[in-house]
Amino acid sequence: MASEMARHVVAATADFPPGTRRLLDVDGRAIVVFNVRGDYFALLNRCPHNGGSLADGVVTGLLQSAAPGEYSYARQGEIIRCPWHGWEFDIKTGKSFCSVIKARARPYPVHVEPGHTLVEGLYRAETIPVRVEDDYVVVDA
Amino acid sequence: MRIDCDIHPFVPNTRALFPYMPEQWREMSEVRGIDDLHSINYPDSTPLTVRADWRPSDGRPASDAATIARQALDPFCSDIGILNCLYGVQTLFSEDLAYAYARALNDWVRAEFLDRDPRFRASIVVSLENIEMAVAEIERCAVDRRFVQVLLLAGSARPLGRRNFWPIYQAAIRHDLAVGIHAGSELRNPPTALGWPSFYLEDYAANAQSFQYQLTSLFTEGVFNRFPTLKVVMLESGWTWVPALLWRIAKYWGGLRMEIPWADRSPAEIVRDQIRFSLTPTDAPPDPAMLTRLTEHIGSDEVLLFSTDYPHAQFTDDEVFPEAFDADFRDKICNANPLATYRRLGALP
Amino acid sequence: MSPALPTNIADCDIHPAVRSMTDLEPWLSKQWIDHFRTYGALRQTHYVSGAPYHKSQPNASRRDAYPPEGGPQGSSLEFLRKQHLDGNGIGFGILNPLVQSQGVRNLEHSAALCRAINHWQAEVWIANEPRLRASIVVPYEDPEVAAEEIAFWADNDSFVQVLLLSRTSFLPGQKRYWPIYAAAAEAGLPVGIHAFGNSGWPVSSVGWPSFYMDEMIGHAQTSQAGLVSLVIEGVFERWPSLKLVLVESGFTWAPSLMWRLDKTFDTLRSEVPHLKLKPSEYIKRNVWWTSQPMDEPENKRFLADIFDWLGWDRLLFSSDYPHWDFDDPAKVITFPATDEQRYSFFIGNAKAVYGF
Repeated sequence: MASEMARHVVAATADFPPGTRRLLDVDGRAIVVFNVRGDYFALLNRCPHNGGSLADGVVTGLLQSAAPGEYSYARQGEIIRCPWHGWEFDIKTGKSFCSVIKARARPYPVHVEPGHTLVEGLYRAETIPVRVEDDYVVVDA
Repeated sequence: MRIDCDIHPFVPNTRALFPYMPEQWREMSEVRGIDDLHSINYPDSTPLTVRADWRPSDGRPASDAATIARQALDPFCSDIGILNCLYGVQTLFSEDLAYAYARALNDWVRAEFLDRDPRFRASIVVSLENIEMAVAEIERCAVDRRFVQVLLLAGSARPLGRRNFWPIYQAAIRHDLAVGIHAGSELRNPPTALGWPSFYLEDYAANAQSFQYQLTSLFTEGVFNRFPTLKVVMLESGWTWVPALLWRIAKYWGGLRMEIPWADRSPAEIVRDQIRFSLTPTDAPPDPAMLTRLTEHIGSDEVLLFSTDYPHAQFTDDEVFPEAFDADFRDKICNANPLATYRRLGALP
Repeated sequence: MSPALPTNIADCDIHPAVRSMTDLEPWLSKQWIDHFRTYGALRQTHYVSGAPYHKSQPNASRRDAYPPEGGPQGSSLEFLRKQHLDGNGIGFGILNPLVQSQGVRNLEHSAALCRAINHWQAEVWIANEPRLRASIVVPYEDPEVAAEEIAFWADNDSFVQVLLLSRTSFLPGQKRYWPIYAAAAEAGLPVGIHAFGNSGWPVSSVGWPSFYMDEMIGHAQTSQAGLVSLVIEGVFERWPSLKLVLVESGFTWAPSLMWRLDKTFDTLRSEVPHLKLKPSEYIKRNVWWTSQPMDEPENKRFLADIFDWLGWDRLLFSSDYPHWDFDDPAKVITFPATDEQRYSFFIGNAKAVYGF
């Protein structure tokens, strides 16, 4: 069965600026972490459609419409498009936006933790070395 | 109750329409020798255009009310027949000439058919050369509740989903009219996307592709978002191609959603809610079980509307229905489905 | 959960790309090199660069298919090997180049470009990768010269088919194109017709639609028109052993098209006395389809129906690598299938059609 959820340290927040993304391997599962305007979100790096690597996709805003010819554009930087067939997913929740797409991308919880808590607690700080005075992005996976 | 949703009166020649047009157009037609506008969509003498037992010894078939009643309504026990006149007025390039002929044609249908037999209903024929004129003609004819539909041709100059056509749909909704898209082309484009075929057989078969392009356009342009009560009827389109097209549209929608962000129902839902297909021709597989399975692919028993396509030759004797369809399904096709589609049929004289 | 694929599967649609048109210069005369630099390759298209309907992703390709060494997706043999041939267990891959050449309006230029692309396939790709085979690209709007191009490569085993594009300027079954079918039949080569090209007509029989989405869906209808033409004009009557492969055209439309054609033929038979068989009989005998793009009905068993109706011997797996709407072989069969069926689809049918 799958191993128990554990906490994985991705990077220091100072090294993980807004608009960028990191790829993390957890026991063979690839997880992609995004910084969306200072907040961090993680998704299983496998498009639910055919398994494309979401980390290789382009991040966009969301174009919606109440009626033909009308456009509402919002949520810039919050949508990931799969690099293969272009399916769109909400980075924050994994939800998709097209009613023929029943699947969603799988989200993982992400937190920012102060360095000193990672060194002392039950956290797995195996991915990178941790300094107590810095903050770190941590994924539960 | 049985409603035949696709019957074709044939106009013998332009002279038949002269009583219904202003003097200037009658004179112009005579002076210029505009004798006939019958379209090559249905060359007169092909075996498909007129079934042998419906072909008169001379002249065009289906040119008067009594003949249609005797050959199309009575043998099939149809209580109502919707007349879709395919005389090629849509092919005229001059918008004023087209408008004059469309008006005359609709008045001819009214006088020669609707006024002579209470079982007939009709579609309003319009030219798309000038949308305002088309809307004016819809408004004019709509006053007469025996007109139940606006008639367009599948082979239009631009795909029918495009917004420049929307005033037509708006007018149809306003007057409780369905919009019927019928096989045949205005011939602003050749019959196929790759030019003009060598054979009429190809021209005719190609209608199915034109309908597929049109259904796609109606979906992508969001016609059914804008007009959620509109009913579009695909007439003489064939219908066994429908599921494969819907799968293909849905597949591309997933990746191309951003091009059409207004789309909010799947193509299959839209067909079930708002698109209908006349029964004839049924382009059926050799094995009836396959046709039954295909209707499962479609997933609705509400989309087919009974039609004979008289006088086109699509079946022998009175074998309109495919073998596979049971009595309940046949009844629905004849009765409930057309009544739900053509709102104006509800109020019978 | 999904059964293992057979090893060394056949992929009947891979798109190699040039890094730029200068890649073809080793096989072009100075005249044509200068001509291209000055005038480009004049086609029935709208922009100097970019398709009339703009793609949904650059080069209509997967964003993760850019070779690490640079260049557009599909331009690196090494990366093709790594990401696709090795990565997806491809043992036999057919190249279908979609490089500017076919349909170029200057027919001599078209012929020169086709010759260069065929050399490029043979010497850059096939010579260095035994798993790959090539398609003879031909200047189809000059059918006599196209026939010469076919004859030129006919004895070269690197080439397994003649390639046409679906949007020819005239219906493909018409007599003007018959020298191509004669040459292909003479050479014992299948003809593959791949979606795209620029016919000069609107992309649909009902005029130019608004969206790339319309265009992509519409390839199914355009391919139907082409197939109908080939059948009704009697190309398969004239060359009974000619094999036709419809590439990237869809296939779920094929059963209903056959039913429609047979019915219409039944009524209008007297118009086409040259046809000795029913349309569906020609199609069942002479035509195959590649599988990509695989439709995705909600009920996956409906797809199995189409496979049954068409025949498991008629469908050839294709990926369309590196394009965005490509099919992953591990994911493409979504319904239960026997090992024998999967073998036919992934290997057996390609062997039968292409003789490898």
